[in-house]
Amino acid sequence: MAGSNNLKITPPRWLLAELTYACPLQCPYCSNPVDYSNYPSELSTEDWKRVLSEARKMGAVQLGFSGGEPLTRKDLAELVRHARGLGYYSNLITSGYGMTEEKIVELKEAGLDHIQVSIQASTQELNDHIAGTASFEHKKKVAHLVKKHGYPMVLCVVIHRENIHQMPEILAMAEELGADYLELANTQYYGWAHMNRDLLMPTKEQFEQAEAIAQAFKEKVAGKMKIYYVVPDYYENRPKACMNGWGTTFLTIAPDGMALPCHEARVLPGLDCPNVRDSSIERIWNESKAFNFFRGDDWMKEPCRSCDEKHKDHGGCRCQAYLLSGDMYAADPVCSKSPDHHLIDEAIASARNSALTADEKPLIFRNSKNSRQLA
Amino acid sequence: MTINPDQPLKFSPLHRLQWEEAQQKFVILYPEGMVELNLSSAEILKLCDGAHNLGQIVSELEQKFAASGLTNDITAFLDIALKNGWIQQP
Repeated sequence: MAGSNNLKITPPRWLLAELTYACPLQCPYCSNPVDYSNYPSELSTEDWKRVLSEARKMGAVQLGFSGGEPLTRKDLAELVRHARGLGYYSNLITSGYGMTEEKIVELKEAGLDHIQVSIQASTQELNDHIAGTASFEHKKKVAHLVKKHGYPMVLCVVIHRENIHQMPEILAMAEELGADYLELANTQYYGWAHMNRDLLMPTKEQFEQAEAIAQAFKEKVAGKMKIYYVVPDYYENRPKACMNGWGTTFLTIAPDGMALPCHEARVLPGLDCPNVRDSSIERIWNESKAFNFFRGDDWMKEPCRSCDEKHKDHGGCRCQAYLLSGDMYAADPVCSKSPDHHLIDEAIASARNSALTADEKPLIFRNSKNSRQLA
Repeated sequence: MTINPDQPLKFSPLHRLQWEEAQQKFVILYPEGMVELNLSSAEILKLCDGAHNLGQIVSELEQKFAASGLTNDITAFLDIALKNGWIQQP
C-alpha cells in the first residue's frame, strides 16, 4: 500500500451517489466507465439508505444524485426524503429526460434542494446530435419548471469542439432560462471522452476566444448568475488538485456499490476498491486499501516528491497519469515539470490535425452496444 | 451593491443555513458548495429573518454580547453576504 500510516484522515464532505448507469442519452464524453455494461447490478433502496446514513454520520453534507440518469430509479423520491431527514443538501444531476412537472413537485416535497439540468448545445440540431436523443425542447421546458418551483437552477453545458463556437448563444440561453448558476465544463478527457479526444478537443485559439467571451459575460451578470468554469487542463501548465486530494473530501458510490475515491478510479489497477455491500462506509473510508492508496504524499515520485507545489495540487490526477503514461504514480502529464508532458502536446497536436483536416472518424457514442463491444 | 440600512434583510431562499454537528460549526449550503462560518457570522445571518434591518441587527447583537461599536464589522460582513447572494433585500 502506498498511503502513509501517520496521516490524519479527514471525514468525507461530499457524497456522489451514482444511482444507475442507465441513461437515455448517449453523450460521447460521458464520465461513466467505457465498460459500464459489465456492471449491470444496482444497489437496493435499503442499501442506498444505509450508505446515506453512514456517510452523513461521518460528516458528509453535500449529496449528488447522479448516474447515468438518476430519474430512471423509481425510488428517487424515497431516497431524497431519506437524505433530507438526515440533513443533507441534495443535488439532482439530470439530463432532464423523463422529468415531469409532477415529479419536480414530488421531489421538492421530498426535500430536494437543487436541480442541475444539462444542455448539450444552444441549438436543437446540435443538442440532439450530441445527446444522441431528441431532447432539446424538453430540456428547456424542464429548466423553466425547475425555476417555477423555486429551486436554484444550475445549467450545465459540457464544452468541446462541436459546440465551443456557440459560446455567445449558450450564454444567452442561460440568461433567457434564468439560470442561477451556469456550469461551463470543459470536457475532461477520461473514458468515453478520452476515446473521442481527437474529435472533441478544441484548438487553443478556440479555447482562448471562448474563455474571453465567458469572462466578459461573468462580469456582466455578476450578482445575478454565478459561473462555474471547469478549466481545460490540457491547456494549463499545472495539474488540477484532483478531488481536493485523494480520500480527503469526496466519496463516490457507483451503481453496483463500489466505493471510489473519485468516479474514474475504477480504471486504476490493483486498488481493490471496496463494495458497500461488504463493508461500512466508516471502514471503507478509514481502513480500505483503495482510500489510503494515494493519501498524503509518501507515494509520490519525482518530480512531485521534491516539488514545492505538491501540497497545492497533490501531483494532479492519478487517473489521468495512468491513462496517459501508464504509470499511476507519475506526475499528472498536464504539469510542465512532468517528463511525460510531451504526451499532452502530442494530444493537442493530434486533435488540431483532426480539426484542420476535417477528420472522417465518427464519434463513438455512449450506449450499451458500444460499451459491450469495448468492454 | 451595498446594504440599505432602512430595509429588512432576509436570508436567501436559494441557500440553506445549517448547524453541522460533525464540523461543530454553522455552514451555508448551496448548489455544489459550502461555506463554513465562524460563530459571529452565523449570529449575524440568523438575524437576517426578514424582520430586522441593519440597525436592529447591530443593536440586538451588541446587547447579546454586551459589546459596542460593532456597526462597522457587521456592515462589512453583510456587504459580503449580499454580494455572495446569501442574503437579500426587497
